[in-house]
Amino acid sequence: MVTALTLLLCCQLAGEFSARVLGLPIPGPVLGMLLLFALLLGRSRILEPVREPSYALLRHLSLLFVPAGVGLIRHTGRLRAELWPILVAVVISTAATVAVTALVFQLVAGAGKGER
Amino acid sequence: MGRVERIWVYLSATPLLWLAATLVAFEAGSWIFRRSGGRALANPVPIAVAIVILLLRLTGTPYETYFEGAQFVHFLLGPATVALAVPLYQNRARVREALVPMLSALAAGSATAIVSAVLLAKALGASTETLRSIAPKSATTPIAMAVSEQLGGFPSLTAAFVIATGITGAVIVTPLLDALRIRDWRGRGFSAGVAAHGLGTARAFQVNELAGTFAGLGLALNGIATAVLAPILFRFFR
Repeated sequence: MVTALTLLLCCQLAGEFSARVLGLPIPGPVLGMLLLFALLLGRSRILEPVREPSYALLRHLSLLFVPAGVGLIRHTGRLRAELWPILVAVVISTAATVAVTALVFQLVAGAGKGER
Repeated sequence: MGRVERIWVYLSATPLLWLAATLVAFEAGSWIFRRSGGRALANPVPIAVAIVILLLRLTGTPYETYFEGAQFVHFLLGPATVALAVPLYQNRARVREALVPMLSALAAGSATAIVSAVLLAKALGASTETLRSIAPKSATTPIAMAVSEQLGGFPSLTAAFVIATGITGAVIVTPLLDALRIRDWRGRGFSAGVAAHGLGTARAFQVNELAGTFAGLGLALNGIATAVLAPILFRFFR
């Protein structure tokens, strides 16, 4: 558990550091994910200590968004003033994005060839 | 000051209270989610968010005080994002196989997310600041905020749109993809990550690990695609 947390935090730290030093528009944790992936490719034995704690975190990923979600209350003024344009744009655009992405994926992957 | 009030003053000044409230609200949301038989519409996140907002309103607590407690939960988003490398590594062979469909779907999906949000909001009379802030709504929060700033929007407003998009995505993906008859877990997960970043990914992990892995890739790739595409596409709307 401690080994896994150390590894995850160090990868995140290295990600934050390189994003700033290189001036990349990519968030530190995303770079940290790529770094951990590269480390796993290089040394497969680090998989054992990080595997379970990583899945434990990912199983509870939804919980981690609650504080940011509560942050919606800081924008009640504008959200109320432009409720309809915002609501329609968010809902329809999100649905359209899911549909277009999934349909293009299916089309290119070849219908019927995928996992069931 | 009464005894209860003194206890309240003490507790409301420590991070413990709102950290516990966040966890209890999420447990309540999960309970409702399970009781509904795991229906996508009863996603625990919007339920927990609504409960906490109601509590903050009732007690007159500002968001900043709430966040002092909730930051411990919020902080784990960073290591959790790094942890996405583990399922990615374990499923690397299947990811390599799907590289071409993934990148094609990414280009189409990322452009759809940006253009449709701006066009719809504009057609319905949203303000210029709203248009600039809503363009990167499907990207993960840190990238979306940086893009919003670059376009001349309000990063904090963008963060609100990103969350609203994530909640919408987490709620609609399952019924929408079922209606479209898309059964491939890879395409299902990938579209959830592209359209609804981390919340879509969290939803995908609830359903299937392979879907979650592809959702994590969708989240990471659409963050990068939005940073590149949004400033280019937004020029056409000025």
